[in-house]
This record gives sequence, C-alpha cells and structure tokens, in this order.
Amino acid sequence: MGDMIKGNIAIAEAAVRAGVKLYAGYPITPSTEIMEYLSKRLPEVGASFVQAESELAGINMVMGAAACGVRALTASSGPGISLKQEGISCISDEELACVVINVVRYGNGLGTLYSAQCDYHRETRGGGNGDYRCIVLCPGSIQEAVDLMATAYELAEKYRIVTVMMTEGALGQMMEPCELPDFIEPEKHPWGFDGKYTYKKIGIFDRNSMDEAVELNKKHETIKAEEQRWEEEGLEDADYVFVAFGLPGRSVQGAVKELRAEGHKVGFIRPITTWPFPEKAFENINKDVKGLISVEANATGQLVDDVALTIKKTIKDRNVSTYCLPCVYGIPTIKFTKEGLHKIMSGEIKEAY
Amino acid sequence: MAKARKVPAIIDNPMSFCPGCGHGIVIRLITECLEELGQDQNLIFALGVGCSSLLGGGLVTDRLHCPHGRASAVATGMKRVQPENTIVAYQGDGDAYSIGIAETINAAYRNENFTMIAINNTNYGMTGGQMSWTTMPGQVTTTSPLGRDCEITGNPLKFPELVASQFDVAFAARGAVTTPKNVNKLKKYIKNGLEAQLNGEGYSVIEVLSPCPTNWKLSPLNSMKRIEEELIPYYPLGVFKERKEN
Amino acid sequence: MDVITVKEERCKECGLCIAHCPNEAISFSDRLNSAGYRPVEVDDAKCIKCGICYTMCPDGVYEISQNGESGGKN
Repeated sequence: MGDMIKGNIAIAEAAVRAGVKLYAGYPITPSTEIMEYLSKRLPEVGASFVQAESELAGINMVMGAAACGVRALTASSGPGISLKQEGISCISDEELACVVINVVRYGNGLGTLYSAQCDYHRETRGGGNGDYRCIVLCPGSIQEAVDLMATAYELAEKYRIVTVMMTEGALGQMMEPCELPDFIEPEKHPWGFDGKYTYKKIGIFDRNSMDEAVELNKKHETIKAEEQRWEEEGLEDADYVFVAFGLPGRSVQGAVKELRAEGHKVGFIRPITTWPFPEKAFENINKDVKGLISVEANATGQLVDDVALTIKKTIKDRNVSTYCLPCVYGIPTIKFTKEGLHKIMSGEIKEAY
Repeated sequence: MAKARKVPAIIDNPMSFCPGCGHGIVIRLITECLEELGQDQNLIFALGVGCSSLLGGGLVTDRLHCPHGRASAVATGMKRVQPENTIVAYQGDGDAYSIGIAETINAAYRNENFTMIAINNTNYGMTGGQMSWTTMPGQVTTTSPLGRDCEITGNPLKFPELVASQFDVAFAARGAVTTPKNVNKLKKYIKNGLEAQLNGEGYSVIEVLSPCPTNWKLSPLNSMKRIEEELIPYYPLGVFKERKEN
Repeated sequence: MDVITVKEERCKECGLCIAHCPNEAISFSDRLNSAGYRPVEVDDAKCIKCGICYTMCPDGVYEISQNGESGGKN
C-alpha cells in the first residue's frame, strides 16, 4: 500500500517517471499543482520546464518538443484547454505524440472551480478544426491515473495521436494512497527531428488529402477495435445499467452495490477510455435490459449521447430507453444515484433517448 | 579566379514565391550561413504561416509548419529539448508581429537560444495584401483601402528596436535585400545571429525589409525602390543589440 | 576557367540581376521557359563572374564555378 499523495502531485510524478522531457503550461485551478510540482522536479531529472506566457504558447512548445520525438506534457482546465485546441489539432495533423491533462472544472466560459465532467464532448470529439480524434483516458482513482500515465504515452506513440488524460478537479485535489511506478527512459520516436533530416516530410501544399483520409479512418478503426478499456459488473441480468466514468463512476459503483443488496437488478459500466468508447462492454448487457442511465457531473448530459448511440448499435430489435442523471458538478452521492433510479422507475424522470 | 557561387543543396529547389519576392534571397543567405558554419545537417526550421509556408516545399531539412503566429513558441520547445540542434524560426511580419506577437515577444523576453528571422514586407502577403502592423501610414491595403490611419490602428511596429531596448537578448538587427551591398550586410547579420546561437549567447533576431511586388502593385525593381525611399527611413538598417565581446 | 551557369527553368523574369549587373552582361532572352517567363541569358564576353547576379537572384538561377566542368545554360 503506497503513501498518501495528492492527485495532481501523483500524476505529475508519474509523468516524470514516464520520461517526460518537457512541460510547458500555464497555471489554472484546479491543475496548477501539476505545474508547480514539475517546476521543481523536472530540472532535478535534467528535463525542461517552461512557464509559458499562455496556454496557447504552452501547447505550441509541447508541439516543438513532440516534433523532436520526445515525451512532452501540458496540463490545464476548462478555458485553458480551449486555448489549446488549435495546437492539438495541429499536433494531430502532424501525427506527433503528446499528452494533455485536463483537470476538468465546471462551467462555460471562465466557469467555476467545482469539479465536473462538462468537457466530455469536447475531449471525445476534439474541439479543434477537422476530423481528428484524441484518445481520452478517464481515471477513477489516483492510482489508476498514475498507472495510466505511461499508457497514455505508449498509446500516443503507438498511434501517433494526442492522448488526453481527462481527470477532474476533485481527483486532482484529493489524497489517496498510491504506489508510484518505476522510472522509464523512453526512446526517441523514429519520426522525431534530429537535425539531419533523417525522417523525410513533404511540404503542406503537396499533401494528398484523399489518401490521408483513408489512413486516418484506418487509424481510428484500429484504435476503436483494440484500445477500449472499461470496468463492468452485474450486466448479465441487469434491468438497468448505469454508465459513469471518473469519480462519479466510483460513486455509482457504490450505489450499484447498495441497490443490489436491496434487490434491484442493476449493473454498471465504468469507461476508462471514453474515446474509444467501450462499445464492447455493451455487448455483455442483458438483452432484456429496461434502460441505460448515464450519471455525469454536468448540466445538459453529454456522456448520455454516446450511451444512447451505443445501446442502439448493440440492441437493434427494440428501442432501449436511455436516461440521464446530470448532477451538474461535483461527485454525485450514492443517494443521488439511488433516488435517480427510483425516479426513473416511477416515470418521474423521462427518457433522454 | 572568381569566387564560386552555388545555392546550398538544402534549398536548391524551385519555390512558388512571386517574381521579385525577397524570401528567396533571404532563405539562400540563411542556408549559406548554415553551410559555412557547418550546421546545414544539424538544423530544424520552425516555419510560420503565410508566404513563409512556401519554404516547406523547398527546404530539404527538418522543418515544422507551425500554427499561425506560434513559430517562436514551437522553436522554444525544440531548442529546450534538443539544444544541440540549430533552430531557426522563420516568420513574416503578420505571423510574428500580429497574431504571434505574444509568442514572439516572450521568446525574446526569455532570451531563448534560437534565431528568429522576420520577413517584413508591410502586409499579409499570402492572403492577398491585408494591413499588417508594419504597414506604413497612408499605405493602401485591402483592409485599409483609404490608406492606413495610424490614429485608429496604431503606428508601424519596430520589433528589433523594441527587443534591443527592453530585453536582454544576444543580437538584434535589421537588414534589407534591396542592393548587393545590403544583401551582403544582411548576410553578416544573419551569420552573427546564428553564431550567437551556436555560442549559447541567447536570442537573436534579424528582421529583413523585403519586397512584395504582387501586393504593393509595383515591379520588382520599383518595390526595391520603395524599400529604399519609404521604408528604410522609418525602419533603419543596422544592429540594435550587438553581441557581447567574448 | 570560371563559368557561369543559368538554370532557365527557375527564372521568373524579375529583372533584379539585370538591374545590378555592373557590365550589363545580362538580358532577357526571346525564349519562354515552361512557366511562361522569358529567362535571362548572359553575354559571356561581358560577364566578369562577379556574382552580383547570384547575390540578387531570389530563385537560384545562377551558379558560378571555377572548374569549367559545367557551362552554358541548362
């Protein structure tokens, strides 16, 4: 059992141990501790820390480092990640690898400082221009976040894609016992610049978008087929299945346990990757399921869209109702989820799809 | 015996610049200096958006097409992780001084150890000749059709002077490509900037007054004349921040 | 022997070299290259291989070599 450690610090240390060579970013609550910790720690291991003048500059510095084939990192929240969208789209277009941490906070615009899950659509669809996608990892505990950090880079490098580590304010700020991984010394990526023009490129005006479209689709299909990650329980005989990720996912697990003990046949799917969405988990759901319920920390329901789409793809012969329990911000209590189920069963909460 | 003159191999390709555009002269000078300093197989370009982008199809080197305005931030990231490579950010006046002013200034502010070459042709060339922050007072562009009114748009920006007077940088200069004499002087400035980088002295910037015959609606020769008669009096040539004596 | 070479296909008829040649050794030819420009040609008798044309050319049209292996236009 590891020592107690704060979420943001643990994630930052995990990045150091994964061999990150550059962090460039800007402070923004609730991610700032990552940056502050790395300002001291990266120079200790001979890596670079840059306090960038803005989030925008930060993602572009990460792009420069990623272009050189080394592991680079930035972390931010809400509006800061908005500023990074152009950079993320460009990094994706250049097929470079990097990790962006979004410690999600609630709200539009400047938003608030509450923990939330209101960036789901943006991260899973990509908020920048074009057809790109990012792999999105959603840890439900500090240990899981730490374990996923090296994976985030491995996936980014395997597919030459941006990996978004989508945590949440509460995860960044809380403390849990955690075992930290060993140090890795990653190899320079073969496509990284070495100054000698070893890896050949063509100018942007000479590219063939038709050919690239085929390759892009292939890449996405491969990722969808091979990189789905999730946790599930109680699906085989479930009347209702909850879908929730991150800390709300953990709370829902607790609710499911209590509901089962009370005799309700319920199960849960906790996506660990929200892109690729864990469609395979849905195949394990009881074919006579009565409804799917997303539990998420935002106002309008975002995860629910993917839940509805996926159950429609999976159970084709009838319309399975999909419900949404948006708790707006924070972490829904077990009580919230249980009461939500009762309201759904009584008809007080209508289906979203 | 004449001096041998050959365009460096890393740029010896046809490029789509307009006839009489200054970019072709400048990139040749940069690559000549890199060859002479033994860095032509040890370099990475961070290219800006605009006419600068056309270099992507001509350069046979490591090069990245950076988002508009951000080349100085990208170059910062590159130099921090691979300081042993020579890093050149190559941006136009729109890329570096308008949309990219924050990243450009901040790289100078931090005295990042790369070389920035800014091509100043007093307009946004690639997109058809809009006003830029270096457009002269009264200059007609597609977004200042009655001539630039500096009272509402600001005065033309003098970046090397700004950097030299406010920040602790290694080298700041401005040159022009109007005459053989100016081209040769410019080459010396570029070489100085690159040497400052190789020596680890810090940030170097060389701005180049360059013709844009297409958008100025002047012949190549008259464009050079415009630089000599109208631009140089406002944007003086020379070194604004000398390298420190070793 | 010093030789000046002209890459006709690169020439865009900008005229910068002609304007600065100290001996007026350069002129536009009557031919068209494949881009539709009239490329420059050098009067070898007048050319002193000073390299000013190379200096002013934005398009890499000129090369001056000292060994006389390549010459003329290509």
